[in-house]
Order: sequence, then C-alpha cells, then structure tokens
Amino acid sequence: MSVKILIPTPLRKLTNNLSEVYGEGKTIIELVNNLEGQYPGLKERLCDENNKIRRFVNIYVNEEDVRFLQSEGTSLKDNDLVSIVPAIAGGI
Amino acid sequence: MTFVKALRCRECGQEYETTAKYVCEFCFGPLEIVYDYDRIKLNLTHEIIQKRSLDIWRYRELLPVEGEEYISLQEGFTSLIRANRLGKALGIKNLYLKNDCENPTHSFKDRVVSVAATKSKELGFTTLACASTGNLGNAVSAYGARAGMQVYVFIPSNLEKGKIVGSLVYDPHLIGVEGNYDEVNRLCSEIAGKYKWAFVNINVRPYYAEGSKTLAFEIIEQLGWKIPDQVVIPVASGSLLTKVWKGTKEFIKVNLAENHPMKVFAAQAQGCSPVTTAFLSKTDTFRPVKPNTIAKSLAIGNPADGYYALKAISESGGGAEMATDQEIIEGIKLLAKTEGVFTETAGGVTIACLQKLLKAGKLNPDLTTVALITGTGLKTQEVLFDSLKPISIIQANLESFESKKLASIENY
Repeated sequence: MSVKILIPTPLRKLTNNLSEVYGEGKTIIELVNNLEGQYPGLKERLCDENNKIRRFVNIYVNEEDVRFLQSEGTSLKDNDLVSIVPAIAGGI
Repeated sequence: MTFVKALRCRECGQEYETTAKYVCEFCFGPLEIVYDYDRIKLNLTHEIIQKRSLDIWRYRELLPVEGEEYISLQEGFTSLIRANRLGKALGIKNLYLKNDCENPTHSFKDRVVSVAATKSKELGFTTLACASTGNLGNAVSAYGARAGMQVYVFIPSNLEKGKIVGSLVYDPHLIGVEGNYDEVNRLCSEIAGKYKWAFVNINVRPYYAEGSKTLAFEIIEQLGWKIPDQVVIPVASGSLLTKVWKGTKEFIKVNLAENHPMKVFAAQAQGCSPVTTAFLSKTDTFRPVKPNTIAKSLAIGNPADGYYALKAISESGGGAEMATDQEIIEGIKLLAKTEGVFTETAGGVTIACLQKLLKAGKLNPDLTTVALITGTGLKTQEVLFDSLKPISIIQANLESFESKKLASIENY
C-alpha cells in the first residue's frame, strides 16, 4: 500500500529537496514511522515524544484535517494523498 | 537604517536571517522579528514620532523593513472616537472605538499589507499573493497595484459580493476556491511551497503580522501616550490580538509608554469560536472547527496564532466571549445608530461581545476601554437586508407625505 505525501519547504532538507515522496502505512502514525526509515529525522519534526502530532503541524488526508478524523490513528488506503502543512498562516 | 536583528523561533529560540522564511526548520514553531530595543530606545521619542506623517510609518523603527521606500497609501492613524452614546446604551463610562474603517481599502488589513508589500519588494519578489476571507484580498490587490507587482488572491468562492468587487477593481488574478478559508489556506501553503511568490500571510507572515502592532501604538499615542485598561479585539487567526499585545509591551520596553496593566478580551462568532472555546474550557489544545457564521472575515476554524492569542489573554488577565449571528447584526445596528459608524460583521462581533462581557461583569464599566472596529459595513451589506426597516415610498407631493404620517406635528 502506497500513498503520496506533499512535503512543505521547511522539511525538504530532510527529503533530498523532494516536494513529493511516497510512503506506506495503514495509519498516519505508521506512515510517519515508515517515512522516518526513509528520511531519518522527519519523525521528530512531526511528532512529539508521545507520538502525537506537534502543535504547529497540520496533516491532511485527501484535503481533510486529520484532527477531524482520528488524528495519528487516521487510517489510510491505497492512493490517498497526504499533505503536511505548517500551522502558521492566515486571517485576521 | 533598520533595528531588526533577526528572525527567531517563538518556541525553540533558533535564529535565522531575515529572509522569506516563516516556520522554524527544527520545531515548526512560528518565526518572529527580533529588534534591537536598546538602540530603538535611544533613537525614538514622542517628539520624533509626532513630527512624522500620520500613517503607520511614523513608528518605522518598530516595523521590520530595511529601507524607506514604503509601499503606502497613508494607512493607519485612524480615528480613536470617544463613544459616549454607545457607552450609555451599554452602561460603560470611558469607551473608545478605534475606527479602522477609515483605512484606504476600509479595513485594518492595509496596515499589515503595507508592511508586507514593502518587505516583499525589498526581498526582490515581483508577485504578491494571499489566501483571504476578503479584506486581505482587497488590501493585497490595492497595494500590489500601487507597487506595480503581479497579484494573486485566493478566496472562498462563496464570499460577499462587496469583497469580490473590492479586489477585482484593482485587476488582480482573483481565484475563488470551492471550500472554506481553511481549505483555501491549505491550498495556498502548498502553492507557496512551489511558486516563488510573496504570500503575505504565509512566507512573509513574520513581517506582515508586525503591521498590526501599529493599532496598539496609535491607541496609546491617541490616549496621550497612555495604555488603556481594557481592549476588545475580534479574533480569527489570533494574529491581531497577539500583535496588539506585543506592540503594547514594546512601547513600554522602549520608554514610549509607562507600564500599566491592560486586559485583553477576544471576541469571536459563535459559529466559529475555537479560541473562546479553548479559553473557556481552560485548555491550550485547539480543536479545529468548521465555520458556520455570517462573520466570514472571522471564519477561520484552525487559528494559526490561536495558541499565542490564548497566552496573551491569560497573561493579561482578560477574557473571551462569542456572539450569535443575531447578536452580531444587533451589534452592527447599535453601533451605527448610536455612533454613526457602519462596521462589517467582525465589528458587530466586537460590539456584541463587548455588551456580553459587560453584562457578565467581566469588563469593568468604569475603566478606559477600547473596542477595535476593524472594517467597514459597506463590504458586507447582504447580512442586513432582512433586518432593517423598509423605506417609505410616497408621491412627490405634500399631501402624500403627510397622509403617511411620516413626521409628527412637533417636528414643524
């Protein structure tokens, strides 16, 4: 099972400057662990020591914020699109 | 001459050069401008400020640009109005309104965009862009035109007509995205990662957000260099509230105002109140919401600076409130009929929350209080169509006028 992940600029130093990478996992946390194997250092940028998504990181599965789904436990299926976006942006 | 030292992560303290960077590469925390306050203290006085033009650039030492080629339409230095009639209606003595409807594109966004456009040009960008709930798009379109830059504005496709025309007239690339603001914002973050554009509220955000501090600077200057006791601020992303708090502390730091406690209150719409909800439930973990409110300029369900807005409210000893759509409309009408100021829905939220905070005893009615009116009602007229009384139609003769009993006899 493979999903595409959009990587934001601040993380591209860890992904050999790739803006899109591929990973595997049945849930978000499994995907993060898989990505850590491919691109060491990525996990600590995304998750805290308790495996929770950091306060300033937004993760979307097919355009939906995972905090509206099951957060780290959100399940993934083949060909899902995962987008990682820094939380800081926008508005009044 | 610049007094900017660096960009620094608010979370881990990592410092960066002042480029178009907005999040920390180590912890994803937001980057913020660091100034050399000791040098500013030696270089900036009340007298120097008072000799300058009446716009945000009179406080230039505390704004994050290098040169003096400002992209400006004389934004800022809007009126601070003593609101006696509204105060009487609400039962509060020393009430002031900061009327940011007076800005060039009629909202406080001109402050932040003037700074963002100026910095973007300094950094060599030729395209100015933003994700917007409307007001920001208007300001980016106008200032981009003034700067001779290419402009891209992304908005939720269901936006008020007034806000669409208010951007289109400046001839930007205006793109309506099928989705709410948070979805527009996510898309723009992805675009910003791919195109070499200055997205004012994304990669230029640390500079852009600093423009909001000028609201605090002006309020203090207009009150005779005194910090007010209480201030009520509409909240969407939380950036404005956070920067009003920062600006106030900066004025104390550089000896332009005496230290004085100021309580900060957040005003949100009930249909989109993640900050107020988090404050009232005493948590600093946000649950994003799907907005459902007529206050579209405040309809941000995933507030980027919500965490820091909460910290500022708590640190100041202030509070947070929320208003229903009906209360927002009543707030707009009350402000208009008591003070002659026509605000958009965000201002209706401020007035409604001001009223509720007073009723709940959270605001002290005897203290100097400032309510921020951040934009004009002419852009959001639709919300009032069904709640204003109809006009009287008569024929063009005296008999018709008098037969409708439109004026009482005492008015002769």
